[in-house]
Formats: sequence, structure tokens, C-alpha cells
Amino acid sequence: MKKPNKMTMTLPAEELMSSGHLACQGCGAALAMRYALKALGQKTVVCIPACCWSVIDGPYPYSSLDVPVYHCAFETAASTATGVKAGLEMMGDTETTVVAWAGDGGTFDIGIQALSGAAERNDDIIYVCYDNEAYMNTGIQRSSATPYGAWTTTTPVKHFKDRPKKDMVGIMAAHHIPYIATANIAYPEDMFRKMKKAKDIRGTRFFHVYSPCPVGWKSRPEDTIKLGRLAVQTTYFPLYEIEYGEKLTLNVKIKERKPIDEYMRLQGRFRHLQEDQIAAIQAEIDARWQKLLSRAG
Amino acid sequence: MKKVIMGNHALSYGAMLSRAQVIAAYPITPQTQVVELLSEMCADGTLDAKFVKVESEHSAMAASIGASAAGARAFTATSAQGLALMHEMLHWASGGRHPVVLGNINRALAPGWSIWTDQNDSLSQRDTGWMQYYCSSNQEVLDTVIQAFKVSEALMIPSMVVLDAFVLSHTYEVADIPSQEAVDAYLPPFKPEMRLTPSDPHAFGGLTSPEHYFEFRYKLQKDMEKAPDLIEKTGIEFEKAFGRKLGLVDEYLTDDAELILVTSGTVGLTARVAIDALRKEGIKAGNLRMRVFRPFPFKTVRNILKKAARVAVIDRNVSYGHHGIFYEEVKSALYGKGKGPVVHGFITGLGGRDVTVDFIKDIAAQALAKKKADAEIVWIGVKI
Repeated sequence: MKKPNKMTMTLPAEELMSSGHLACQGCGAALAMRYALKALGQKTVVCIPACCWSVIDGPYPYSSLDVPVYHCAFETAASTATGVKAGLEMMGDTETTVVAWAGDGGTFDIGIQALSGAAERNDDIIYVCYDNEAYMNTGIQRSSATPYGAWTTTTPVKHFKDRPKKDMVGIMAAHHIPYIATANIAYPEDMFRKMKKAKDIRGTRFFHVYSPCPVGWKSRPEDTIKLGRLAVQTTYFPLYEIEYGEKLTLNVKIKERKPIDEYMRLQGRFRHLQEDQIAAIQAEIDARWQKLLSRAG
Repeated sequence: MKKVIMGNHALSYGAMLSRAQVIAAYPITPQTQVVELLSEMCADGTLDAKFVKVESEHSAMAASIGASAAGARAFTATSAQGLALMHEMLHWASGGRHPVVLGNINRALAPGWSIWTDQNDSLSQRDTGWMQYYCSSNQEVLDTVIQAFKVSEALMIPSMVVLDAFVLSHTYEVADIPSQEAVDAYLPPFKPEMRLTPSDPHAFGGLTSPEHYFEFRYKLQKDMEKAPDLIEKTGIEFEKAFGRKLGLVDEYLTDDAELILVTSGTVGLTARVAIDALRKEGIKAGNLRMRVFRPFPFKTVRNILKKAARVAVIDRNVSYGHHGIFYEEVKSALYGKGKGPVVHGFITGLGGRDVTVDFIKDIAAQALAKKKADAEIVWIGVKI
């Protein structure tokens, strides 16, 4: 007789995020926070600028997180976190991890100056960008993280986004900070391991977290994890780490890459694209993957 | 210990003696010496503080706010464009009730580029919920930083200590630098009721519905209203400890004055030279120097000005489409309180043009000659 399959718990059972949060169904950002805090633990302060998470956390006087939260201005996630870390250290607390937790708009666009400043100074913070590829909290406007071809409310179908997504990880790598990782809510063990690793490194650590948004991507909430898997399997969003801007390690090796079409067709935001446009996107992903493989050595 | 120091270093010594714990700053002329000296003090251990060399003034204030939220005493300094860039975060500091103290060197705003003094930079921040002190000597700058921390931390409202570009920031004067022990006795360590700490997790500044927001702002105003008395009280305590009084205003020969010149910043000292000359000519002039602009000391101003028949308010600023800012504030302090003095308004010295004794004598002559205040702005020293 076949033995019943036994599930093993690979992540700690402890929850620092409660179920009373205000995220939409299938929100990747909510999962990202949950997994991050499982790794970082209770001795954490989270600085959240304007982004979906300033709503998800819950309105005053509530918070869905069991760690201190400072809701800061849009462009100040990194600088606020820097100040909090300096303040805590002056209070004799050198242990607490200070996290800046921002969306792609707050990172790729309006917050990039403060982030670059903190990274250049190598301030002792973990900066997490949960990337849902547009200004979702304000109603799906394009950001510089929006991928080529995507529909948003400011890149309507007739004028869809015709510029590639900004290479934020490349920009951060150019700062030679001790640690950079990409992560994905469909790969919680990988994200957990990297968060744990980052926690014990000093200096600026940067996470780029793939974070599906069913509302903005016009995808089904139940497809969030599937999209996360496909993002890695198509190598649209590869999982890797970079140490000191140089040493690149691929975390999930993909032998047979799935076509990008399979990923895109689950999302209404790409529905208008013609075959040749999808082929161009595929070619761009192929080139990016080859470059990454050569760097991974 | 007496020492010859520049105005900017008076800010640095004030921050040092206040035991600022986190200093986040970005350089701008004419503020640079403030942070240069502080960074040396942090480097050689004179001051036990973290110095964060941020990449902008916006980040300077954001980091100061973060540090203050974590429970540390935060100080920064800036000027003009830097203060304007901070504007959003000034609201954040007061709204979040973080008692940061900021030194601002009054410098005219561009364009065209000007590094010289006028007050439009700080007065443009009038409604940000910060207390504002205007200083006229290096000693006063140093002393005011210490007092500002004391008042700010009692009320959980941030403070701006303001001084004129070059006229004060780069002028060397003798200042008495108090001992650390004496300052420690006057200014206890910062102990906020709540702070960011994992041992007592709270969310600060979350989404606030119309059900709650109104009360937060009401409380900020109510606490701001406590500031005039507290500034007087801490000013008297300061005098007891250090021999120098720090009040809401500073008066010179106002008791018997028929004409009171209302000034702020260094213009007050020039006005006093003019007043001495006018008194020799038999004109009973006096000076009311506004030390505190926010909260506006209505009661004090009213009680002093009602003694005189004429008042001349000298503004080194302009609210375009209105008038000099101090002029409007002074008039509103007197409005509806029965028969008061005739209040004249003069604008002078924008962009660092010298405000001379002759200008002030001209202002006095015009104020004494006219029975009614001009409806339009009276410009002094403008070349047209």
C-alpha cells in the first residue's frame, strides 16, 4: 500500500501579520509581507511609504502587523528607515532590523533618490520593493516598473507602454551594496531563506519581490501563485542574489523555459498585443536570460 | 566659557550642548559651517551622535523624523531652497508630533540665484505647524536651540531657529558657551511617551479617516496655544540658570515710545542704533523685536503696542498680492481690541540689500508724518 504523503512545514508557524488586513483577493504584496516577517521576526520596524501597503496595514487605530510600523511620505522609505535605524542605535537598540517596505512607484520612481542615497552610504537597512508593476493603489497608472506592452489607465491600449521596465536591480548592483535578492511570493522557501540571510548581513540590502496584482493585471485572484511560478519558469522574473554588486548566484535554475505567451495570456493587461509584439517581448526576455546566465558564471 | 564664534557655529554649539543624538543634514550656502562643525564634533567624539550625510534636504528631514520617532533627539539645519524642498516633511514632523529642531539660515529664494538674506523662505513655512524663533545675535542663536528643544519636547511640536544669512550666520561675535552640566540640568533627556520599538509595537501615521483626523489637528493647535506661556516660563528658567532671558519678544525703550518699530532678526539691532539717534533728536522711538513668530504672541504684542500712538512694522519679506507678513500679523493682533495705534507697514532689504540706519530713520519719519497708514506697500530702498 502506498504511504500517504506527509506535508512538512518549511516555514515557521509564527504569524506577525494578522488576517484582518485590507488587501484585495489574490494580492501578492500581502503574501510578501507575511513571508518576510516570518523570516525577520518580531524585532523589526517597518517603514511604509504611500503604496498599497499603507492601506493594507489597516486604518488608524488598527494595524495588521505585530511589529512597529511607521507610515512615511512617498519618497522617503529609505531615508526614514535610515533615520529610524540611527535613532534606535542611539537608544541602545542595535539588534532591531529596520525595513523600508515600498511599492514599485515608491522605489523605481519617486523614492529612487533617497534609496540611492541610503545605498551609497550603505545604511544598515533592508529595502524591500514589492513590485506589482504600476501605481495600483491610485488606480493602475504606469510606473517605470511597468513592462513593455502593458495596458494601464495612463497607457491605454492605443498607446500601451512602449518602453522597457527599468532595470532596478542593475541600478542597485551598481551601488555595490552587500546584498541584493529577487524574490517571488510563489517561492516562499526561497524568499524566506534569502530574508534570513539578509537579516544577518550589515549594510544596505535590497529585495525586488515579484508581486502579482489581480486588479491591475486583470488576472484571476486564484492565478496569483500560478503567475508567480510562470514568471520564474518563463525567466521573465528569474530568482537570484547579487553580493557586493558582483557575485551573482541563480537560485532557481530553469532547464526548459516556458514561452512568455503562456504567462501573458493569463493577464488582461497584455490582451491587445499582436503576435509580433509578443515575439519581440520573448526575444527581449531571451536576451536578458542569456546575459544573466553568463553573469552567473 | 566665552568664545568668539560665527552665527552658524552658535547653532552647532547649541545642538552639541543639547546632546542631539541624530543629525541628518545636506549642505547649502550659507548653512554649511553648522554641519561642518557638527560633523567634526561627531567624528572626534565631542558629541555622541549619528551624523547621516543625506543626499537631499527632503531626506534630511525624513531621517530626522525617523530618528525622532525612534526616540532620539534630532537636529538639522538648512536654508532657502533646502527648506522649500523640506516643505512636505515639515508637515510630517509636526503632524506626526516629532520635536525635531531645525536651524534655518534666512536666505532669499531663487530665481535669480541669491545667497543673501531675506525671510521669505522661513515665513513660507508659516502654516506647517512648526514653532519659529528669529534671532538677532550669536548668543541668542545658541541659547535658543537649547530652549527650543525644551519647549518642543514638552509639547511634541518641532521648532525652527532662524538667523539671517551672512549678517548673522557669518558674523563673529563673543558668545558665552555654557557648561554641559548646566545645560544638562536645564534640558533633561528626551523621553517620548511612545516611540518605535519592537517591545511595544504600534503603527504611526496610518490611514486616518474623517472620524479621527480633525481631532489630531485640533490637538496640535491646542498644544501650540500652550507654547507662549511655556516659552516665557522656560525663558525665565533659562535666565536663572544662565543669566540671559529668552522671551517671546525683546523690547527696547518701548515704555514711553510714541513710535514703536517692530522688527525681527538682525534688523532689530540696526533699528536700535537708529532709535538712539532719534532719541537724541527728541523723537521717542522704541523697538519691539519679534523673537517668536509661531505661535504668534498676540497678547504680548497687543500689550506692548497699545502703549504707542504709532507703530511701524519693518518686513524683510513679502506675501505677494498681500503685504509684509509681520505687518499683517501685527495688525491682526490689534484688530477688534478697541482704539489702537496707527500701524504702518514697510518692506525693505529683500535679497540681502542692506537695511541701513538711514533706511530706518526714513521709516520712522514716514510713520510719524502720516496720520493714516498707506493702503499700498511702502517700499524702502527699492531702486525704481
